[in-house]
Amino acid sequence: MRRLCALAFVLGPILAGAAPASGAGERLVVSLSEHRVMVTSSFVGEELVLFGGVEQEGAPRPPAGGYDIVVTVIGPRQSAVTFRKERMLGIWVNSDSRVFEEAPSYLAVLSNRPLNAVAGSETLRRLQLGLDNIPLPQSASVNISAAGSNDPFRLAFIRIKSDRGLYREVSNGVTFLAPALFRASIPLPAEVQIGTYEVDVRLFADGVALTRAPAPFEVYKSGFEQIVTSAARDHGVLYGLATAMMALATGWFAAVVFRRD
Amino acid sequence: MEIYLPIADLPVNVLVILAMGLAVGFISGMFGIGGGFLMTPLLIFLGISPAVAVASVTGHIAASSMSGAISYWRRRAIDIALCFMLLAGGIIGTAVGVWLFTFLRALGQLDITIGVSYVLLLSIVGALMVAESIRAIVRVRQGKPVDLRRPGSHMWIHGLPFKLRFKRSRIYVSAIPVWGIGFIIGFVGAIMGIGGGFLLVPMLIYLLRVPTGTVIGTSMVLTLVTMASATVMHAATNHLVDALLALILMVGGVTGAQFGARAGQKMRGERLRLLLGLLVLAVGIRFALNLVLTPDSLYSIRPVDTET
Repeated sequence: MRRLCALAFVLGPILAGAAPASGAGERLVVSLSEHRVMVTSSFVGEELVLFGGVEQEGAPRPPAGGYDIVVTVIGPRQSAVTFRKERMLGIWVNSDSRVFEEAPSYLAVLSNRPLNAVAGSETLRRLQLGLDNIPLPQSASVNISAAGSNDPFRLAFIRIKSDRGLYREVSNGVTFLAPALFRASIPLPAEVQIGTYEVDVRLFADGVALTRAPAPFEVYKSGFEQIVTSAARDHGVLYGLATAMMALATGWFAAVVFRRD
Repeated sequence: MEIYLPIADLPVNVLVILAMGLAVGFISGMFGIGGGFLMTPLLIFLGISPAVAVASVTGHIAASSMSGAISYWRRRAIDIALCFMLLAGGIIGTAVGVWLFTFLRALGQLDITIGVSYVLLLSIVGALMVAESIRAIVRVRQGKPVDLRRPGSHMWIHGLPFKLRFKRSRIYVSAIPVWGIGFIIGFVGAIMGIGGGFLLVPMLIYLLRVPTGTVIGTSMVLTLVTMASATVMHAATNHLVDALLALILMVGGVTGAQFGARAGQKMRGERLRLLLGLLVLAVGIRFALNLVLTPDSLYSIRPVDTET
């Protein structure tokens, strides 16, 4: 039902001839199934659906090779340290580390076919598309340098994020329902960060980037979760006292309930 | 039944956490210890970050020692004067421990510190307990009386100044080792998320010669106060106490502890100490293997705190 609504929302302006996004000949119209994702106490992840259509001035004339779509979803940015373990005196300790400055906490690159079939490697690099091309600036200790895509720390960072479902590149993540109508599903694992997610939808034809359209959404905590989080952050002492009191009450309650003598 | 933890930022199965609370609570009631040294690794195994696990377990231990302390209070098995002296040292130790915890976390060496401390502490204490209890069991077999308190043997500790008399425990010792023991327990507890009961009980028995009658009750009150203050301090400095996680653990823990205490009273003292010693040793060896064996992945990632 939600998907149908989104479909109607997308198709509406196309049929009515509205012109939201910019472009030379083609225009992209996109919409998400939800613009606000609520994290409740039963949150175990969510799947957002993105619908989009390609609009053309005059008579529709899709290119011979058809359209290609690449959707890049970037979650709230957060600096992260990557540690490398080394054996010292027989035990494994964290020795070397790199800080990834303002790295996306979530990154999904969805396309209707493998990225290297959508566009040439030079274009992909220039548009920063795909896990290999996303910039992840690191600061070793002093200088911030964008290390190459085969840097071991960068590869490890992407691998760990991918294992947790936070980074992904899905070459069949976009489905064309009609030559100019597509759908993509954005999987959000339970671990996603709270904040604003940027969604960048790019339209390609014959390896050339034609136009793009944004479709941001927000992930936020529901009332109870938000109260606990902000209490823990802003009123640490009171929050700690409340937790300690809760512990004492629970312990006292158990001693009363299970009293034997 | 999944529930999303607000501070740990991940969903966990409530029944799994409850069951863990029950199991660890049973063991803690049986041996008169907090059980943090078992709970923290279990939480880390579930995917909760070590820092959140350590900080939240402090609340859980406070709850189970509260329930234990009340029943010992009813039996008048608590030496309040000794408690206060140990506490004075314990609070300083906890504060230093929480400070070092924050410092090590910033350095990225928290995991290794927790790991190495666990291995050292658990293997040494475990081995000592196993050896002592086997000797006791052998003595019982040979028909000799079990006597932990040997009033004739005086150590250097008993020659220290500032002597105080603790009436309920019927001991006369210097304040220095009492404060020292308190400090160690508070410090270790804050760093490792353990109540330190398995450390405190042998130290009180062997170093201060506190009689077995008051030792567990006294240790529980000390654990209660150090862990409750560690909860507050962790919440105030690191903002990592997950109250929801702590609550689920507490409910399971206090229930399990009651049944554990009943089971423990049916067992012989030295057998109980042997079992606990073996358990402590096993956890220690498990941690040692973790440190020595080549890990699956040499890399790990941590978010950088921007707020603090």
